Amino acid sequence: MSLMSFHNKGETTVTLVRTRLQSDRLLIKGGKIVNDDQSFYADVYLEDGLIKQIGENLIVPGGIKIIDAYGLLVLPGGVDVHTRLQVSVMGMSSADDFHHGTKAALAGGTTMILDHVLPEPGVNLLTAYDQWREAADGKSCCDYSLHIDITRWHESLREELEALVKDKGVNSFQVFMAYKDKYQCTDGQMYEIFSIIRELGAIAQVHAENGDIIDEEQKRLLELGITGPEGHVLSHPEEVETEAVYRAITIAKQANCPLYVTKVMSKGAADTIAHARRKGTVVYGEPLAAGLGTDGSHYWSKNWAKAAAFVTSPPISPDPMTPDHLSSLLASGDLQAVGSAHCTFSTAQKAVGKDNFTLIPEGTNGIEERMTIVWEKCVASGKMDENDFVAVTSTNAAKIFNLYPRKGRVAVGSDADLVIWNPKAASVISAKSHHLNVEYNIFEGTECRGAPTVVISQGRIVLEDGNLFVTPGSGRFVPRKTFPDFVYKRIKARNRLAEIHGVPRGLYDGPVQDGIVSAKAAAPAPSSRITSCPGKISMPPIRNLHQSGFSLSGSQADDHIARRPAQKIMAPPGGRSNITSLS
Amino acid sequence: MAERKRNWNKEDDLPVYLARPGTTAQTPRQKYGGMFASVEGAYENKTIDFDAYSVGRKGSRTPRSSSRPDMMFLGETGDNFSETASDVSEVSGSVISSPGDRDDKTPGVEIRYPVGKEMLQGPDNGKSDRLLIKGGRIINDDQSFYADLYLEDGLIKQIGENLIVPGGVKTIEANGRMVIPGGIDVNTYLQKPFQGMTSVDDFYQGTKAALAGGTTMIIDHVLPEPGASLLTTFEKWHEAADTKSCCDYSLHVDITSWDDGIREELDMLVQDKGVNSFQVYMAYKDLYQMSDSQLYEAFTFLKGLGAVILVHAENGDLIAQEQKRILEMGITGPEGHALSRPEELEAEAAFRAITIASRINCPVYITKVMSKSAADIITLARKKGPLVFGEPIAASLGTDGTHYWSKNWAKAAAFVTSPPLSPDPTTPDYLNSLLACGDLQVTGSGHCPYSTAQKAVGKDNFTLIPEGVNGIEERMTVVWDKAVATGKMDENQFVAVTSTNAAKIFNLYPRKGRIAVGSDADVVIWDPDKVKTITAKSHKSAVEYNIFEGMECHGSPLVVISQGKIVFEDGNLHVNKGMGRFIPRKPFPEYLYQRVKIRNKVGALQGVSRGMYDGPVYDVPATPKYATPAPSAKSSPSKHQPPPIRNLHQSNFSLSGAQIDDNNPRRTGHRIVAPPGGRSNITSLG
Repeated sequence: MSLMSFHNKGETTVTLVRTRLQSDRLLIKGGKIVNDDQSFYADVYLEDGLIKQIGENLIVPGGIKIIDAYGLLVLPGGVDVHTRLQVSVMGMSSADDFHHGTKAALAGGTTMILDHVLPEPGVNLLTAYDQWREAADGKSCCDYSLHIDITRWHESLREELEALVKDKGVNSFQVFMAYKDKYQCTDGQMYEIFSIIRELGAIAQVHAENGDIIDEEQKRLLELGITGPEGHVLSHPEEVETEAVYRAITIAKQANCPLYVTKVMSKGAADTIAHARRKGTVVYGEPLAAGLGTDGSHYWSKNWAKAAAFVTSPPISPDPMTPDHLSSLLASGDLQAVGSAHCTFSTAQKAVGKDNFTLIPEGTNGIEERMTIVWEKCVASGKMDENDFVAVTSTNAAKIFNLYPRKGRVAVGSDADLVIWNPKAASVISAKSHHLNVEYNIFEGTECRGAPTVVISQGRIVLEDGNLFVTPGSGRFVPRKTFPDFVYKRIKARNRLAEIHGVPRGLYDGPVQDGIVSAKAAAPAPSSRITSCPGKISMPPIRNLHQSGFSLSGSQADDHIARRPAQKIMAPPGGRSNITSLS
Repeated sequence: MAERKRNWNKEDDLPVYLARPGTTAQTPRQKYGGMFASVEGAYENKTIDFDAYSVGRKGSRTPRSSSRPDMMFLGETGDNFSETASDVSEVSGSVISSPGDRDDKTPGVEIRYPVGKEMLQGPDNGKSDRLLIKGGRIINDDQSFYADLYLEDGLIKQIGENLIVPGGVKTIEANGRMVIPGGIDVNTYLQKPFQGMTSVDDFYQGTKAALAGGTTMIIDHVLPEPGASLLTTFEKWHEAADTKSCCDYSLHVDITSWDDGIREELDMLVQDKGVNSFQVYMAYKDLYQMSDSQLYEAFTFLKGLGAVILVHAENGDLIAQEQKRILEMGITGPEGHALSRPEELEAEAAFRAITIASRINCPVYITKVMSKSAADIITLARKKGPLVFGEPIAASLGTDGTHYWSKNWAKAAAFVTSPPLSPDPTTPDYLNSLLACGDLQVTGSGHCPYSTAQKAVGKDNFTLIPEGVNGIEERMTVVWDKAVATGKMDENQFVAVTSTNAAKIFNLYPRKGRIAVGSDADVVIWDPDKVKTITAKSHKSAVEYNIFEGMECHGSPLVVISQGKIVFEDGNLHVNKGMGRFIPRKPFPEYLYQRVKIRNKVGALQGVSRGMYDGPVYDVPATPKYATPAPSAKSSPSKHQPPPIRNLHQSNFSLSGAQIDDNNPRRTGHRIVAPPGGRSNITSLG
């Protein structure tokens, strides 16, 4: 095995070619394979970056590297559904770029990331996509895929989304309900976007916070003279998150579009999602490592740098019971996939907002700690078993974003992204030992059980004995197809059910008041609340071609029949407009 | 009343637990229910009077009514009766006329006018607004008791037994019927303009119907055109109502657009005009709808004024989208109205309104709760602490939205209102249950009917159908039939939801909403057993179609007294145009604002006092975060972030370098139940 030969950072494309040709052949012996549905003891043989064989007494070529996994778990590599490694805020780019970020990811057992492309409002989405691809292709050390954030509604959005979905392998788009006057969407725009996304077979993601209220609260707090990081959490109260989640779910349901709520940080938001799922809505919730592993009482720290390091949106809940609640919902399946929303800024960068908390760049670390935190908080505490652990850290994400079974499962034919996990390892998270560029780690001092011993990405060992062997640029872009079955099977069935029909009636031929026929929606005055969303003008009355010309004039037979008020009409003749109750 | 007590010494009539020592002794004149008597009837009704609940039930032998003839006998024997008899116009002839056969049929209510000698004694020759209601059971929201009621000068002057009243007053024998405070209809639109049409019931027609249904006060909505002056529109309404209204009224003002000039007008309305409630709209996109920022500002401002904030809760953005979609599908009939306004949109908006209100710590009142999910949201929020009130309307309590699918266009269109009636037929039942348990507080009618010809403006497009249903007349009856007659609530709760709660919320209490000495003489004598079928043929409204058509209802008013005058008896109305008074309302109703004031103190925010950060600061090109990147259209008047202001609280004392707690590994499980800066909200009151 000549692994070590090309682990120098300097080597670039040539290395890449060699990497591909130099197929690693690995045999993992004696491990317990853990998938989301079952665990079993078997050996795994990897070749050409794929899992070739699983079983006992495998027939494998001689001279291959054998990894002894006796007493350890063999898991599918983690999929981090939410990272922001290329964000720039106010001209500052995040401290961890694709290189550092993915290195840390691999060190923590995550072998794939889904990064968010955040175009500046007004920038063409395809341009931004290309920019991210370029950066990631050159630097990423593990496989990656991209979400696109829709920061601005515009007329040609549909074409851009269609191009991204058809040609670029993107199947998930995020809209913002917060960041007023910057990224925020109105309800009408969200409905339009969700309708397009549904047609394209993609997944709508939402940053759920009520930007209008936050904006007002920020103003109020600054007026009160509160300028420190505690103002951030005070201006982003939990209700505001809950409200937006509720609204997003309502809109998604109207548009019959699957919804994925990113960064579920509070009890209220999580409960709202759980409640909506009980009613049958197709909605997924993503808690973060930060939300599971720590709480927001640190915003009141006397140490400004420490307090500022926790600033993210939605904020980490100051309620110390929240991590516990979120991990319980994660264990029960009400929340599905754990992300990190890794987006770090150095203390100097955070200090831009030292006199005004609204200027503190938002984001925390978590890409490296994510798997360990989930293990510590959920598995080690007995809330979930190892199979659930695999589901929430890898499999569910792969299913929702249509990567399954290529990622998220240890199976023959799947990518050779594996983690050999030591459930007994103990470690203390600290900024001194982490693989990140930032000075402060929000999990500082957390003692964790469970850690990766060996990490295999694309069939190559990238972590062994605490040593990282990564190659920037070795990560591949993994395109994703539309209409993931896990999400869209239900949506498709409901589309067929939810068709609505009018009531065929005779023409009304009674008297009609000579009203001033001013269309209802004619804007009465130069109103300042005109939104830029198309389709706000309600249509002029169109002719109903379904209506028959047959007329029953005068009084009808049933006009005078006294109607029993308690009459039970379980299904109104025109069909129900919604499918709230699935029972 | 008092006389009847004396019969309790009859063994067969007197339940043991009601025996009072010395009942045969002289009974002192008693008064209850004074405005300042904090414990009314404290020594009267200590024991639950089970028999009181059987009043009016057919065949039930209540000790009080059945023993009337005996009372007469006792009266004649002297027995301490003479003392009051000389003063009270207790005309023996009338009592004889009241039959003794009550065991067989429910007694009627009779009104006696003073005759002969009494007539001469009376100062106003029978036209007096002095009125004595005898033998009724007075129902307030907290208790019921038997007492006589004396009304004079439009006020309740005396309550009790053996009242001393001038001779020659008009007497109503209530015969054990319920005497309840007149209903207050909190939501009417009797002057609503819609595309140049006004609803068919104006203040005259509408208040006539209200009185016929037992409602003696309405609170009407002033709906200014967006951009029009609130004050001017208010005056217009005021004038129309003053000349036409037959019952007392007050006015809500709807805020249809939010701009800076509106603040002075609001201030003026609250301070000088006696308006303390304002409605904002979350629906009617591009017409009345306000954005969340505007709602936040409006709520903040209205809270400062001490006003009640009413919200029409529906998500207007989504409705606009749905309407467009449904019209494109070729659905143009009234069913499109219900389809384009699913109940989720109502629930969502209610949730949002509550969230905004709870951030500001102000009370919020959701008008027209029409669906289960919206009601649930309100219920849930109340349990968490925000001050939320919900108002179902007669239509949502009495009927459902399956009629939108009626083949008869006129019938279907008659039900069009916003939010729409829920097509779920179990909704009325559910809302009534929540009303009974106190999760919803008041009932309105949203009365705003349009004739079929007016509705037909939208015959080819449901979005043009003028919105509004009837209900002002049927409201009390519907609530009685659906909630009390079904056993969901008792008569006291009935009074609470139809009158008292509304009076408390809108600061009319105890002038309205209670039978107490000093309150307005707005009283209804209610017959719980009368069965009546609601039909457009007999209703007082001018509209052709009644949405409750054919509903058989138990309970209706026998006599309605407004401002001390009998305005409705025996199915006949005696009203004059313009006799209704405008009732001004003061801001800061205690029922809402007491709690708000305390919460304001508790919830005050404080920053953390830190040393100045003196580490390195990244050099940022000077583009403030909030610079609008491009002409964005979703503007609100105050979108611009103020520049960072200097924190005067911050000390210059600097702790530079590493701090003592920097390297302390912090336990993640650390419990900080109250973060040092204080919690930002008081969601959990527990």
